[in-house]
Amino acid sequence: MKLFSIRGGVHPKGRKELAADVAIAPVGLPPLLRVPLLQHIGTPAEPVVRKGDLVKKGQLLAIGQGMVSAPVHAPTSGRVMAIGRYVAPHPSGLPGRTVTLKPDGQDEWADLPPPLDPETATPEEIAERVADRGIVGMGGATFPSAIKLNLGGRYDLHLLVVNGAECEPYLTCDDRLMRERADQVIDGILSMRKALGVGRAIVAVETNKPRAMEALRKAGAGLDGLRVVGVPTRYPMGSERHLVQTLTGLETPARGLTADIGVVVHNVATAFAVHEAVRLGRPLISRVVTLSGGGIARPGNYEARIGTPIEALIAAAGGLEDRTARLILGGPMMGQPLADPKAPLVKGTNGVLALRPAESGESAAQQPCIRCATCVSVCPCGLMPLEMAARIRKEQLDAAVEHGLMDCVGCGSCAYACPSRIPLVQLFNYAKGRLTAVQRARHKQEEIKRLARARAERMDAIARAKREQMDRRKAERAARKKAEQTAPEAAAEKRDQETVDA
Amino acid sequence: MLTAIVSLTVIGLVLGAILGIAARLLKVEGDPLGGEIEALLPGTNCGQCGFPGCAAAARALAEGRAGVTLCPPGGRALVGDLAAKLGVEADLSAVEEDVPRIAFVNENLCVGCTRCFKRCDTDAVIGSAKQIHVIVQDACNGCGKCVEVCPTECISLRPQPVTLQTWHWPKPPLAA
Repeated sequence: MKLFSIRGGVHPKGRKELAADVAIAPVGLPPLLRVPLLQHIGTPAEPVVRKGDLVKKGQLLAIGQGMVSAPVHAPTSGRVMAIGRYVAPHPSGLPGRTVTLKPDGQDEWADLPPPLDPETATPEEIAERVADRGIVGMGGATFPSAIKLNLGGRYDLHLLVVNGAECEPYLTCDDRLMRERADQVIDGILSMRKALGVGRAIVAVETNKPRAMEALRKAGAGLDGLRVVGVPTRYPMGSERHLVQTLTGLETPARGLTADIGVVVHNVATAFAVHEAVRLGRPLISRVVTLSGGGIARPGNYEARIGTPIEALIAAAGGLEDRTARLILGGPMMGQPLADPKAPLVKGTNGVLALRPAESGESAAQQPCIRCATCVSVCPCGLMPLEMAARIRKEQLDAAVEHGLMDCVGCGSCAYACPSRIPLVQLFNYAKGRLTAVQRARHKQEEIKRLARARAERMDAIARAKREQMDRRKAERAARKKAEQTAPEAAAEKRDQETVDA
Repeated sequence: MLTAIVSLTVIGLVLGAILGIAARLLKVEGDPLGGEIEALLPGTNCGQCGFPGCAAAARALAEGRAGVTLCPPGGRALVGDLAAKLGVEADLSAVEEDVPRIAFVNENLCVGCTRCFKRCDTDAVIGSAKQIHVIVQDACNGCGKCVEVCPTECISLRPQPVTLQTWHWPKPPLAA
């Protein structure tokens, strides 16, 4: 198949050999599972269980809210100990709403919905099942998958791309999944293809994973419209818009979706989760996660329940060898530092890395920009990181936006390649967050204005109603008085009558 | 000579007529800048700027009697908007804090007098007589009117707590 080239990108050391050749190993149940209610992009789920309830494995714990959301299910059977706030797997270390579950050790399944046959099921049934089983994008973005499966109605789609590029160094969880569970992955892809109503599907795998490609080709042999394609090993090949460009030569519009050019991208791990949901009715309650880095005693891929504390995962991998190692959730390029190892594993966690200082390169000193433009040549989005950084340094965020800040995907290639070790992508993340905060403040200001206006109108209406009532009463009184004056006899008669009655 | 005088006179008359008609057709009632600025301000008339209400503050801004940093509930976003509208350089260092402040009710002290409830311009207070009141955080802009009227001093303005949804990365340390 003809491939197209993308601009920029970098070639960091893969270090995949650390964990790639170890089979996926299950992690036992921890004493307590902490299941966050926000494990996806969108609105947090709302709990439907109460403290003290006994739940079965796979039972609904919390239901999705609004348009963009996903439900959360019990990873095992046990008792709900609390619904409160607990440290989230987030660089801030802030708490988020979390259901704490104490496993009873039975690991007993709840009643699951009946299996669907992707051949006979309607696209709507499949998408509904995926939404109902709480499946979100497992490559790290955690966007609710069902929404992406429903795009067929609104866009003219022609291709499903299944992303098995796994371009981040160290991470091998998708590689192992493709090698060990190729049949299930392919089956999930067929379901997704049915839901989207497209004829063609391409599984894109970086060429550094030949065994995964071989396994997928074997599993998908004889299937129409399904191809397994090797794409060049270059970071960030796994970025969906760059992957689509490599495969089709089409560029996704700025701030648009790949659906705008007729393509939908899903991760291979999501395909596996879709298989489990469609064929077995199982919700997304566990995932494969890579534990690697020089600080981990036994690097490998581990299958763990959602809600397992990261420290329990590290313990399962033999513990930390190096106390000074830096803990990172996700890959070394785009991952986020882990503020607290007590935080739980969530649906979007694809890696836990413990990087020794020599690996993370944090010791190197920062130097002034020499305008070498290395960042410009590696930027896969065609931006000028040095110019944007200079603006952000001076807090001229609007000028940075004019230089294309909003088209930055945050891949970190610029910061990786910078010979002066300037934290470029960190500056962009700061600027994007800052702009969102300003946007939010502006939105709130609008809302406040609306509320103030609404109240003023209401108060006016109340005052007017009062005045009108008073005027009416006054008029009535005046009318009565007038009536008494014009007909004094009648009034006197009436008075007499009243005295007789008394 | 004569042609020059005539032609210039004609040009002058024509242009003068156009200007005269334009002045009538495109007549502006009052000062539009004041109105445009008022549309930017929160409209809660809290008086923290020292002017009697947002309309007066907008007039003062338009006439240059007040700086763009006058409105604490508006925060930095408003400072930026006002500076852009007035075409001036915004001095953000004058806006002490970035975090918006909103009202909090100390539930141990609240007696349910409903004074803050009646005073709030944005209906951010929920409560009725002899019930503990709460503040709807999304509807409060920290104007502080409720703080003034509370008889038990149970309301205070505090920085809005940072949540997972509102947190963002700080600026990384930069070498000069």
